[in-house]
Amino acid sequence: MLKAVNKLGLVFFPAFDWAISPTHPEREERLLYTLDQVQEEGVADIEGVRFYNPSVAEKKDIERVHFCVPDISSLVTESHMVSAGGAITAARAVMEGEVRKAFAVVRPPGHHAHRVIYGDRGFCIINVEAVMLEYVRRTYGPRRVVIVDTDCHHGDGTQDIYWNDRDTLFISIHQDGRTLYPGTGFPEEFGGPGAFGYTINIPLPPQTGEEGFLYVIENLVLPIIKDYSPDLIVNSAGQDNHYTDPITNMNFTAQGYAKMTQRLNPDIAVLEGGYSIEGALPYVNLGIILALAGLDYSHVKEPDYDPEKIRQPDWIAEYLKRLCEEIYRRWVSKEDAAKKMFEGKDRVVRKKRIYYDTIAVMEEQEETIKVCPACSGLITIKSECDLGYSILAVTIPRDACARCIDEGHRAYRTADPGDYSGIYLQDKVNDEYCAKI
Amino acid sequence: MIIGLDVGGTHIDAVLLRGGHVLEVVKIPYNPSTILEGICEVINKLTQKRDLSRIERVNLSTTISTNAVLEGRTSPVGMILESGPGVDPSFVACGKENFFLDGYIDHRGHEVAPFREALVHEASRRFKEKGISAVGVVTKFSVRNPSHEIRVKELLDGDFYPVTMGHALSGKLNFPRRVFTAYLNSAVYERFTSFASAIRRAFEDMGIKAPINVLKADGGTMSLKQAISLPVHTILSGPAASVMGCCILSPASEDAVIMDVGGTTTDISFLAGGVPLLEKQGIRIGAYPTLVRAIFSFSIALGGDSAVKVADGRVVIGPRREGPPAALGGPEPTPSDAMIVKGLLDFGSRERAYLAMKELGFVLKMEPEVVAEIILEKMGDMIKNAVDGLLMELNSRPVYTVRELLYGKRIEPREVRIIGGPAKALAPVIERKLKIPCVVPDNYQAANAIGAALSRTTAEITLIADTARGYITVPELGIRQKIDGSFTLKRARSMALKLVEERAAILGASPEDIEAEIIEESCFNMVRGFYTVGKNIRVKAQVKPGLTGYGGEGREIDAEGRK
Ligand SMILES: [Zn+2]
Ligand SMILES: [Zn+2]
Ligand SMILES: [Zn+2]
Repeated sequence: MLKAVNKLGLVFFPAFDWAISPTHPEREERLLYTLDQVQEEGVADIEGVRFYNPSVAEKKDIERVHFCVPDISSLVTESHMVSAGGAITAARAVMEGEVRKAFAVVRPPGHHAHRVIYGDRGFCIINVEAVMLEYVRRTYGPRRVVIVDTDCHHGDGTQDIYWNDRDTLFISIHQDGRTLYPGTGFPEEFGGPGAFGYTINIPLPPQTGEEGFLYVIENLVLPIIKDYSPDLIVNSAGQDNHYTDPITNMNFTAQGYAKMTQRLNPDIAVLEGGYSIEGALPYVNLGIILALAGLDYSHVKEPDYDPEKIRQPDWIAEYLKRLCEEIYRRWVSKEDAAKKMFEGKDRVVRKKRIYYDTIAVMEEQEETIKVCPACSGLITIKSECDLGYSILAVTIPRDACARCIDEGHRAYRTADPGDYSGIYLQDKVNDEYCAKI
Repeated sequence: MIIGLDVGGTHIDAVLLRGGHVLEVVKIPYNPSTILEGICEVINKLTQKRDLSRIERVNLSTTISTNAVLEGRTSPVGMILESGPGVDPSFVACGKENFFLDGYIDHRGHEVAPFREALVHEASRRFKEKGISAVGVVTKFSVRNPSHEIRVKELLDGDFYPVTMGHALSGKLNFPRRVFTAYLNSAVYERFTSFASAIRRAFEDMGIKAPINVLKADGGTMSLKQAISLPVHTILSGPAASVMGCCILSPASEDAVIMDVGGTTTDISFLAGGVPLLEKQGIRIGAYPTLVRAIFSFSIALGGDSAVKVADGRVVIGPRREGPPAALGGPEPTPSDAMIVKGLLDFGSRERAYLAMKELGFVLKMEPEVVAEIILEKMGDMIKNAVDGLLMELNSRPVYTVRELLYGKRIEPREVRIIGGPAKALAPVIERKLKIPCVVPDNYQAANAIGAALSRTTAEITLIADTARGYITVPELGIRQKIDGSFTLKRARSMALKLVEERAAILGASPEDIEAEIIEESCFNMVRGFYTVGKNIRVKAQVKPGLTGYGGEGREIDAEGRK
């Protein structure tokens, strides 16, 4: 019988009774054929592969990451709590040493969910990786973590949440934002004053194939991870780079995904997007599972796999070579660049317009990050949206100094409820969350 | 009158029933190499001076296939396999010869590529050269579309016997298990067939003309005639016989634990709402995980004859048996000796048992009675730990819907049924440890034979309808038919019920025993682009394990019958 080289935990939860709407890509059918393939391959009988049912995330877990407007119960369904709980279950299995690696094949996805949430955005409401990661830090102590987002869409929500956190290096590889939702994720987006350089965006041209992806992993992502030397590697394992995906334009394959997984060697992988439910997902997920378990994946191929047909255009290799050099140069010189950008400033203000495609709502946000010599800096967000909400949200970061903690609590206390529909405080030092609605 | 027989590893248990009365109980030791003689001897003892023509049926739980596998006395098998893309298939090779075909059928039963028929001719030639007559044919996703398996069988053109096709054995997805199940079915075919014809002849010679049924591992029966083509399903039916016996002797309507405490092992099973809980996928036979539907049963290495030792000042029971209990002249103290000292069991020499406890007490600096007490407590703790662990495992079986995850039924036993030699002695301990009532059924010594006698025929079928492609598939029956786009879940349900009823009848069920039910169903909208193109409907139906008539007048077991 087969025996896994790496003990692997699988949280396989297809949520067969949940859909955004009957014909939406996020519908009941999404993981049906993937489960068929996993069952037919006898994955559950592989020695060292252990299946887990997801646990259900708690309000507390969500509050460590998000400001839900007006509140959690108005936005978040049981399905979202189960998806986030599934990621937590996967992480727990690894952290408790029950398995070497874990893969949460859960839905709905999460990487488009920002810190402030008004509703569904890019099929996401709760950022499941962030909820998982903050659970890990709260339960098992501080960790330096890399999140590598290999979904075809820019992981803008994860970027937003970890924008100013140098203990979380966020690397997103995605189809160029000029050609795909959400339209962000350029190399210039590089992190806030407390973590400049710890957000890395790698936009790839449409039709990038196996060769290009693996080139970027080998020549840019792995060297950066090596420099950073994390305690934990998390992979946001979206599968919509596949050549058959209906909503993207890439040429990636199941073999490619398996090879990429093997090279990235993540501790925890969490499914994100991927909507070619018959032609890609059964094979891509199987490839990732085998790669994580350290087993032979060379026979995992799509039935219509033809490397010639999906070879990337010739110019892409040269383009990626220059792109990787440029981004690596930025990474190496991030400290100098940060000095130039932030020296002498006492705060950095970002204005953002965030569009909620699923519910057709526009949010206007102003985020102020204090430039603090003693910590990564207090974050204050003023946000309003078409739904009539106008909020003040204060985040005291995990590493906050005494002054920033005080300042944060004062800002929450003294804010005039008459000026806002809601005032929120997230104190990550004391693991507290308060709201005045 | 009904005869129930359970041929175990060392003994044959048998009962003769009439109208719910146990007329005779017989237990004899036998030699597995002369199993037929053993069976005949038991029947003679059971039926002496009775009119054999009044026997209505003989139900038999036999180890013939199990032993063949465990002892390696099986026929050489040629396997023809088709794995397509996926996990490296080399590990499923299990026959004497294995041929891999180059076609592929995908998860929806769509033929991605045909296989080259020349490969089958080549396999056929090689099998003949090697003198192989038994063949197994298994293709990936054959339960979604059996056409490749069926075509291979046609190409083999009747030159081989048997040719087991994977889809006929189970409707479940799991290619490696399907391969092993088909392999085992072909491997034990010859031994089972010769046993079946020998037993039929022997019964005729004795004047028994009643139908003969064989017990399956899921606690159901099938006719001997049907069993010949599906012998793999008769494997490991012993524990199922005991569980069914418990259900008969002491029916429960809620969740319960069933324990069979033997000499060296304790088997643990569960009832969910009074019905035996089944293995999720299928039973494991030797090195092979299979798709053989079976009652869930877990063995722990703890029994009346387990050796008791003292290590680091503490009592350790098992996992080995070093011989019979000290009371019967065995080399080591055993739990049975402890029970004898406590006055809960009565066999062998009480002095010897007492001495054995005294020896342990010498090391532990305790009185022999106290040692005996500690051994019983320890045994109770070990069983409780095992039950708790199993419940945790069973209650975390994978689920796939939010509803099931949050509100799904959990198994929470309200009572225990315990059988086996030390059952009476252990019951109070178990009751105290598990904090639920623990019942020792009357006639528990014959539970296995009674279970065999009164179990009814079971059947299961899987129906998959894909209205976008316009097909339904029922693998267990080899059905693949066209349907129109208007096919609904409702129609799938009624069709599945009808088919499983027919199936049960073919397997030998009497009409009044056929209670079909739907056990799983789902219906997915299939959307391509932004349009719904069809429905993917999946329904599983079964005739669950249960009891049949008691033989002769009346179907209700009466107070007398329980004695
Ligand atoms: Zn990405
Ligand atoms: Zn995506
Ligand atoms: Zn500070």
